[in-house]
Amino acid sequence: MRGNLLLAVDGLRTHFFTRAGVVKAVDDVSFKLNRGEVLGLVGESGSGKSITGYSIMGLVDPPGRIVGGSIRLSGRELVGLPQEAMRALRGNRVAMIFQDPMMTLNPVMRIDRQMTEAILAHADAGEAAARARARDALVAVGIPSPDERLAAYPHQFSGGMRQRVAIAIALLNRPDLIIADEPTTALDVTIQGQILYEMQKLTRDSGASLIWITHDLSVVAGLADRIAVMYAGRIVEQGSCADVLAAPAHPYTQGLLDSVPSRNPRGARLRQIPGMAPSLMALPEGCAFRDRCPRAGRACAIAPEMEAVGAAEAGRAVRCHHPLVPHTVEDA
Amino acid sequence: MLSRPAALPLLPARRERRLLPVRSQGAARASLRLRSPRARGQRGGLPVTATTIQPDGTLRVEPPPGVPLVDLRGVSKRFVKHVDLAGKIANAFGAGVREEVVHAVDRVSLAIAPGEVVGLVGESGCGKSTLGRVAVGLLEPSAGERRWRGTRVDALPAAERREAQLAMQMIFQDPYASLNPRMRVVDIVGEAPVVHGMIGARQQIEYVGLQLNRVGLDPTLMRRFPHQFSGGQRARIGIARALAVKPEFLVCDESVAALDVSIQAQVLNLFMDLRTALNLTYLFISHDLGVVRHISDRVVIMYLGRVVESGASEALFRAPAHPYTQALLAGVGSVEPVKRTFVPVQGEIPSPLDPPTGCHFHPRCPHAMPRCREAAPSLVAVEPGREVACWLTEGR
Repeated sequence: MRGNLLLAVDGLRTHFFTRAGVVKAVDDVSFKLNRGEVLGLVGESGSGKSITGYSIMGLVDPPGRIVGGSIRLSGRELVGLPQEAMRALRGNRVAMIFQDPMMTLNPVMRIDRQMTEAILAHADAGEAAARARARDALVAVGIPSPDERLAAYPHQFSGGMRQRVAIAIALLNRPDLIIADEPTTALDVTIQGQILYEMQKLTRDSGASLIWITHDLSVVAGLADRIAVMYAGRIVEQGSCADVLAAPAHPYTQGLLDSVPSRNPRGARLRQIPGMAPSLMALPEGCAFRDRCPRAGRACAIAPEMEAVGAAEAGRAVRCHHPLVPHTVEDA
Repeated sequence: MLSRPAALPLLPARRERRLLPVRSQGAARASLRLRSPRARGQRGGLPVTATTIQPDGTLRVEPPPGVPLVDLRGVSKRFVKHVDLAGKIANAFGAGVREEVVHAVDRVSLAIAPGEVVGLVGESGCGKSTLGRVAVGLLEPSAGERRWRGTRVDALPAAERREAQLAMQMIFQDPYASLNPRMRVVDIVGEAPVVHGMIGARQQIEYVGLQLNRVGLDPTLMRRFPHQFSGGQRARIGIARALAVKPEFLVCDESVAALDVSIQAQVLNLFMDLRTALNLTYLFISHDLGVVRHISDRVVIMYLGRVVESGASEALFRAPAHPYTQALLAGVGSVEPVKRTFVPVQGEIPSPLDPPTGCHFHPRCPHAMPRCREAAPSLVAVEPGREVACWLTEGR
């Protein structure tokens, strides 16, 4: 079913109304996701990438609120959906995997209860059938001796195994969309490789779409079909993974890539981005990146819009007045 | 009172250049001590080891001759959980509760030459942080010895031991947990130099200002508390605190792991600048091979308490010899836009409470032979400066 649209986020704005002021955590974010596609949502801490994920899941808590835009899943509008309807979707059609599996799993509940609960909440299945499905899910994520493990508590699992359980729970109801919020960040290199392997296999087998939220470009480089780079609450660049990494168009993307040690000669000074990300409460006028940008000019005082760059068929867009890849020339 | 003059005529002559201009009487005293002609390296008649850093932007270090700065010889660290009262009572009824011993570090030898940057790599639970803490003196080794410039640290007279101890500092992983939230930056950075009599209390503000400047922080922020800083700024405060007592040897335990990519690049650059400016020696502990490869001259790979491979950074990354090193390197992501199939290493790191027999890696090793189950291979030099603990290379 590749190629047809699953998720369309348009002009999403999620703001947090704090006593100190309004934090525009997500400010005018738009992207589309096809069935079976893997989108890498890349950004540094505070860029709004996780809040974008939470907004889709309907998990934004006060003082945060979605103040504008739309999120359509298979054509159905999720913004403003009643809690009951949202709950029916969550864990069923859309599922989320969080960074810290110890926070996701209930520490005083055995794994079998946690898993069958997720099945029985959405399906009219018997206890035994639910248990069998839970067991199969554990097998699918590569947990050895699943029958014994079902009766275990989360603390009896290692970090990598816990994350596998969290993934198994997310996959239980064969969701159309999985949002993974840095699920490998807390794990060791070899375990990270295992989890990535499982995720790659599982999404390929089930045909689910995946939004992989991360700050680590090296993870999405091997995994994602498309990349969206976020900075200060906005997507500043998106396009196919190959295009964006081979020839980034936004100076921020370029700066991020240049900061990766393996892209620099060994031992040489790393090409760093000067300064640090601005506070979301006091964003500079115009382009939020202009204070740190080597290409900034007078035009950057006006906030740039998302514009197509490169070849017209590549589907790349960037929010920059001085992109490193020329704007698409529209010919008549 | 720690500031005995006898403890302090010790900073090497090359440090004079970066001494702050001193005015007050207390400062003059400190300066006098610091300007003493006896360099640390000459103590006990040992030769001063030549540092061979070329400050041309690259981190090439010739194999340094002479005495290593820090020398760990056959160091082990065991953590023992003794049988408590409840256990003893249970044992009286035949429960068989035994004391639990974790061999966090198992007979590791590591010599670090002056000016060298050694990367220590391994997964969580492999004992790399414990080894770092032993190296810096935060933990006493259960066995083996620890030498500073060729002399056993525990054999040094108390005053000199303290001096040696000051010359070794640690920068911790978590820039949130390692700074006292109730102390202002000026005290966090300035407390130790005052306590150790390096500066007078009245110079503290001026001194901290210089330290903050050096790590790229605005000195006007020194009255603030840690929570008022971002992660990258806190990392810099941690670095300034370690540098404030003028160390020669720094153990950086995952010091950039908690930082965003762009901030990580800034802090790594700072580490490299400070290295050339202050002639520092680093033990750089990390699980991030990309970072280690970039900054280290030599790399040591640990697995479950033992060193499995060590060698010059470039050679080791070009041709990893141990199957575990190979597996680690295969797991490293690159940012090249190549779709790849992730091929996982099997299994997980076993519990150090109950390590596998023989070679610790054999249950996960694709090349495991019966021999690997029976006996642990020892570290064998396969080429100059390159050691591997694997039956595959040993039999070659």
